[in-house]
Amino acid sequence: MNAVQTSITNFGWLVKREYWESRRGFLWAQFWAAASILIITILGIIAGEVLKARVGGQVDVSMGVNLTQILREATTHDMDQLVRALDATMLLFGFVAAMVLFFVVFFYLLGALYDDRKDRSVLFWKSLPLSDTGTVLSKAVAGIVVAPLIATGVVLVGYIGAQIVVSLWLLLHAVNPLPLWTQAEPYGVWLRLLVMVPVNALWALPTVGWLLLWSAAVRSKPFLWAIIVPIIAGILNFWIGLLGVPHIRPDFYWGDIAGRLLLSVVPGSWIDPHAQGMRFRGMHDLAAINYPAMGHALASPQMWIGVIVGAALIAAAIWFRRWRDEA
Amino acid sequence: MTASPMSASSESMHDAHDVQGAVIRATDLTKRYAKTLALDHASFEVQSGRIVGLIGPNGAGKTTALKAMLGLTDFEGELSVLGLDPRRQRPALMQQVCFIADVATLPRWITVKEVIDFVGGVHPRFDRGKCERFLARTKLQPDQRVRQMSKGMIVQLHLAIVMAIDARLLVLDEPTLGLDILYRKQFYQSLLEDYFDENKTILVTTHQVEEIEHILTDLMFIRDGKVVLATDMDALGERFAEVMVNADRVEAARALKPLDERQVFGKSILLFDGVPRAQLAELGEVRRPSVADLFVATMKGTYA
Repeated sequence: MNAVQTSITNFGWLVKREYWESRRGFLWAQFWAAASILIITILGIIAGEVLKARVGGQVDVSMGVNLTQILREATTHDMDQLVRALDATMLLFGFVAAMVLFFVVFFYLLGALYDDRKDRSVLFWKSLPLSDTGTVLSKAVAGIVVAPLIATGVVLVGYIGAQIVVSLWLLLHAVNPLPLWTQAEPYGVWLRLLVMVPVNALWALPTVGWLLLWSAAVRSKPFLWAIIVPIIAGILNFWIGLLGVPHIRPDFYWGDIAGRLLLSVVPGSWIDPHAQGMRFRGMHDLAAINYPAMGHALASPQMWIGVIVGAALIAAAIWFRRWRDEA
Repeated sequence: MTASPMSASSESMHDAHDVQGAVIRATDLTKRYAKTLALDHASFEVQSGRIVGLIGPNGAGKTTALKAMLGLTDFEGELSVLGLDPRRQRPALMQQVCFIADVATLPRWITVKEVIDFVGGVHPRFDRGKCERFLARTKLQPDQRVRQMSKGMIVQLHLAIVMAIDARLLVLDEPTLGLDILYRKQFYQSLLEDYFDENKTILVTTHQVEEIEHILTDLMFIRDGKVVLATDMDALGERFAEVMVNADRVEAARALKPLDERQVFGKSILLFDGVPRAQLAELGEVRRPSVADLFVATMKGTYA
C-alpha cells in the first residue's frame, strides 16, 4: 500500500508541476480569450449607444455576445428565444475556449518531453526518484484532463461575466434583467461541456501519444516530424494507389489515420453529424452536443481502436523517455 | 602504464563487507556509440565514505561512466550502485543518489519556492528545514525564478537542495564549470563542512583538478574508456614521486625511466612511478607530485 500511496502522491506533484510550467497556456490564455469576448461585447455596447445618441432610432451593433436578440427577447418575454440566445452565449465562450485549448494542448504535448531535453533540465528531473512512466502520464493527464477542466471553468466564469455586462446594459434601458438569471438551461449546456471532457480525453489519445512520441524521440524539430511523417505517408499511399497496388483508401487514411493522429485533440472532434441523421452546422450547433451523441461515440470502434493505438504510442514515448541518451 | 585498479585479493576482501564497502562496483563496463567506444571494459570500485575524483581528458568516457551509474544510459558489462542495477531499479536508486550534472540544469521557469515544494513532495529523504537554512545564507528569494539568477546562484540553489537530501552517493559532473572563484571555493567548502561524512560518498569530475586536489581521498584517471589509475591519495604519495634534479645528475635519473620530465629554473623535474624513495633521494629533492602534473604525465599523447 505504501508504494501505491507514494506513486499517487508523486503523480499529484508531477501534474502540479505541469500546471506550474504551463499555466500561461492552460489558464491565462483561456482567461484572456474569455476576457476578449467580454471586452468586444462592451465595445459593441458603447458603439451602439454612441451611434444611437448621434443617429437616433434603433441601431444594431452587436459584437461578441448577441445583444440585439437578448434585448428583444428580454423585452418581449419570449422565454424560449431568450434561452436560445443565452445558450448561444454559453456556446460562444465554449467554442472560443475549445479553439484556444486545441492550440495550447497541441504545442504543450509537442514540447512536453522535448523542451527539458533541449535546455538539459531533464537531468535535474531525472535526478529525482520518479519513474519515467509517471512523468509521461502526468503530461498526458495535464494536457487532456487538467487543461480542459480549467478551460471549462473559465467558460462558466466568462458566461457569468457576460450575464453581468448584459444585465447592466438592460438596466440602462429600464429592462428587467432578472429573466437572464433564472434560466437553468444555459447551465445545462455548460454541464454538457463538462461531461464532454472525459469523452474528448479518450478520443484525443492517438494524438496525445503521437505528439508525446515525437517529443520524446527526436533530437530536434518535433513539430516538423509529427506533421511531415503522416503527410509523406499519405502522399506515398496515394501514389501507390495510382500504380494500382493495394493501398489504404485515401479518404480513410486522411480521416481516420492522419486526422486522428494530428487533430483528435480538437474538443468535440468525435461528433459525427451523419450518425445523428443531421447536418452539422458548426460548433454553434448546440443540438450536436448531447448525451446520446457522447454515448454513440463511446460505443464506436473508432473510439476504442484509437484508445489502443494511443496507449501503444504513449508506451513508446515512455520507452524513449527512459532510454533516450543525450550524449 | 596500466595500473590494475582491482586485484584479486582486494576483491575478495571487499566481498566480506560489501554492504558498507563498495558503493559502486563496475566490471568490464562497456558502452558503444555508433562510431566510438566510450567505455572500454572499464573496471573499478568506489568505497563508502570517500571523495573520489574521476579525472580524464575530454572524450575519455567520464560522463558516459557517470550516466551508466545513474541509469541514464544502457551499457554492457556489470555495474552495481548501492547494490542496485541502475538500468532496472532507477527510481529506487535515485532515493539514495543525488547528482548535479553541469551547472544550470535547473528548469528556467521554476521559482525557488516551487522547486523546494516539488522536491519536498516527491523525495522521501529531503529535509525542507535544512534546505531553507542553507538558502538563508544566500541572496535567493522564494519567488525568484531560475531564469533571473546568475550561474553561481543557480548552483547555490541546486547545492542547497542536494545537501538537504540524505543520500548515500552524490555524483558531481563538472559542477563548477563557468563559475567564478568565489562560488567555486564556496561550493566545495559547503560540501565539506555541511554535507560530507563517513556515510556519504562523493564522486566528482572536473577539469579544475588543482581546486579539488586537497579534498579528494581517492583518484581515478580515465583514458580512452579505460580506468588507467585508481588509487587513494596516501598510496599515491608512496607510489609516485617527483624529483628535482641538477643538470649533472639528469642522465642517472633518466636511467630510472621517469614518466615525465620538465624544466624549471635550469633544473629538471622528473616524475617517477614505483621507484624506491631512498634511490630517488640520492638524485635530488623528492616531493609528492601534484595531481595536475601526474595527470599531464599520464595523459601524454592523448590528443596527438
